[in-house]
Amino acid sequence: MSKHTLSVLVENKPGVLARIAALFSRRGFNIDSLAVGPTEHPDVSRMTIVVQVEDLPLEQVTKQLNKLVNVIKIVELDPDASVRRELVLVKVRADSETRSQVVEIVQLFRAKTVDVSPDAVTIEATGSSDKLEAMLRMLEPYGVKELVQSGMVAIGRGARSITDRSLRALDRSA
Amino acid sequence: MTEQAAPHRGDNPAAHSATGTHAAQTMTGAQSLIRSLEAVGADTVFGIPGGAILPAYDPLMDSAKVRHVLVRHEQGAGHAAEGYAQATGRVGVCMATSGPGATNLVTPIADAYMDSVPMVAITGQVASASIGTDAFQEADICGITMPITKHNYLVTDPADIPRVIAEAFHIASTGRPGPVLVDIAKDALQAQTVFRWPVETSLPGYRPVTRPHAKQIREAARMLVNAKRPVLYVGGGVLKARATAELRILAELTGAPVTTTLMALGAFPDSHPQHLGMPGMHGTVPAVTALQKADVILALGARFDDRVTGKLDSFAPHAKIVHADIDPAEIGKNRAADVPIVGDAREVLADLIVAVQAEHEAGRRGDYTAWWERLNAWKTTYPLGYAPAPEGELSPQQVIERIGQLVGPDAIYAAGVGQHQMWASQFIGFEKPATWLNSGGAGTMGYAVPAAMGAKAGCPETQVWAIDGDGCFQMTNQELVTCALNNIPIKVAVINNGSLGMVRQWQTLFYNQRYSNTVLHSGPGHDGVAPPPAGTRVPDFVKLAEAMGCRGLRCETPDQLDAVIKEAMAIDDAPVVIDFIVHQDAMVWPMVAAGTSNDEIMAARDVRPDFGDELD
Repeated sequence: MSKHTLSVLVENKPGVLARIAALFSRRGFNIDSLAVGPTEHPDVSRMTIVVQVEDLPLEQVTKQLNKLVNVIKIVELDPDASVRRELVLVKVRADSETRSQVVEIVQLFRAKTVDVSPDAVTIEATGSSDKLEAMLRMLEPYGVKELVQSGMVAIGRGARSITDRSLRALDRSA
Repeated sequence: MTEQAAPHRGDNPAAHSATGTHAAQTMTGAQSLIRSLEAVGADTVFGIPGGAILPAYDPLMDSAKVRHVLVRHEQGAGHAAEGYAQATGRVGVCMATSGPGATNLVTPIADAYMDSVPMVAITGQVASASIGTDAFQEADICGITMPITKHNYLVTDPADIPRVIAEAFHIASTGRPGPVLVDIAKDALQAQTVFRWPVETSLPGYRPVTRPHAKQIREAARMLVNAKRPVLYVGGGVLKARATAELRILAELTGAPVTTTLMALGAFPDSHPQHLGMPGMHGTVPAVTALQKADVILALGARFDDRVTGKLDSFAPHAKIVHADIDPAEIGKNRAADVPIVGDAREVLADLIVAVQAEHEAGRRGDYTAWWERLNAWKTTYPLGYAPAPEGELSPQQVIERIGQLVGPDAIYAAGVGQHQMWASQFIGFEKPATWLNSGGAGTMGYAVPAAMGAKAGCPETQVWAIDGDGCFQMTNQELVTCALNNIPIKVAVINNGSLGMVRQWQTLFYNQRYSNTVLHSGPGHDGVAPPPAGTRVPDFVKLAEAMGCRGLRCETPDQLDAVIKEAMAIDDAPVVIDFIVHQDAMVWPMVAAGTSNDEIMAARDVRPDFGDELD
């Protein structure tokens, strides 16, 4: 099975997330990660969904999603032609003895220390899942007290936009 | 596809203005709802009032255009809307209150979803301030019906009502049809609002593709004329697209054999020499076998359902598949398509006819002579038939066959689910579209009586027969009261074998004749085998019918059969119920046992057809 990243433009209406989540569960597909947020158009939200499926079921996922009335457009983003980012906030045990080592790791990964207390630091990092995983592996020995991670967001490289045409259509009908 | 409810498309703003021809009028949300229903052309609504929907029933009383039929149970309203839609081709409408009223619609909504029936269900919801508080008669019907509707709406702003109703009818009736639920909060019905019509719809994510791709059509035509053993596998989409005339032209142009699924009976005349019968679990030997041996299958508005394919990986092993459907998600879902075609069946067929003609003009024409020799041999050797009943007893197949012969192909037939449904599909003889209503995908027992009621309400000049089983009949017969009181004179043939016949058949074949809980007319002490003692039938369907304001007739022996059917046909002023007492051991054949290959079809009990062992 391989991971696929789907960018889904949806109408910004109540219940849309529930419809999409329900569809995945009903058709027996697994969501690896899901991120939802606004776009440059107030009536449109964008979901980035990472699914782990073979090619054939992926086609089914896409077609079934497309059938939802509130779904405007679906694009699969090629990992080589897109920028993909996750955000992690992690609270690591760090006292006066270990703090400088933890901060060094933070700098190595070009992350940020966003909060410090006598026995812990909180780190904010963005990047690809590989980079974040590598950073977390390095932090593990010091003791991870708490961790929160966002779903992946992704955007295609180059000048082309997947929203241009769909949003124009939306403006016309609004 | 019906055009009734599709006044506007979201992607064509030039076609309509914001205010339209009528001036905006101030009224309540409830009045706006009824005006909207009138404006989309709804003429019949099946429903039951209750607290949350009550405001809508007040203006409904004054509507000269919308007839409300007061049913006895919301499930009956839903199936009636389905029957109305299937018989007329227009969107069926049902209405219920919040909570239990709405949840009672769940079964028919699921049924309509499985069978792609255009239906709009309108439910009342508790006042918007109470939503989410577990208020009296509150149910999250939008959440509940999310996986069984094409789309649904929760309306809390009365200004949205006209647009939502216009969109609901448009979505229900276009593309692949299906049910749409509109849940309206009580305060939205009560509040003052402005009604404007026509109304602008906004559906940027809804753009069904109806025009097929020309290259795919040419490829399909090429495959058809190059095929040695083609089969046209026709599903319900052909009926929904009203493409039966085009289907017949293509079939006769190519000379290819046709099989129509349970959902497509009537799409191609049963009497046509190119018709092989129905495919699937209880399909004919020629239809099932033709698909197994085919080299090209042209699937039109069909979805390779498990009841058609049997064990999927052994289905039609030699066939290249051309799959045309209006729903792209059906293509390749169960069986990979060699030539996928997304489009409305009518447009697909029209284009295919032209493409096949072009092939013929270029001198390329399919030669199916050898194929027809084999097909005709199977048709001759394995025709549909049935074992005679014991002397003096009625066989269920004979009853249904005789109804088909005496009533004829112009009537509309609705069936429940089970043995009687399969026998009706096999022995009625369907010649015309929209004359067969049944619950195919969902297999909802109890569908027949309310669906027949809906069909008769939509087509009052047509004779409508429900072919029902005694198990099904006991689930929804209360709607006969509705029929009696509202001048909807349907005929109900109860095929009474005293048992849940299809389940009993499986117990006979797969559970060592242990008849656990399938005998209906006796208590738990019955062995499932002994015939019921005379006079112990509970309930007495004749008396039940009469208690509900219908005429009740009974037929117990073959010599009464024709007279009783004719007597029922002659009654026009009341619904009629005929209790046909049939022998309980009749079984549905042919049969492909669930989960086995279609190659294992049994023509009758212990009779496996001999196809020779020729290689294809």
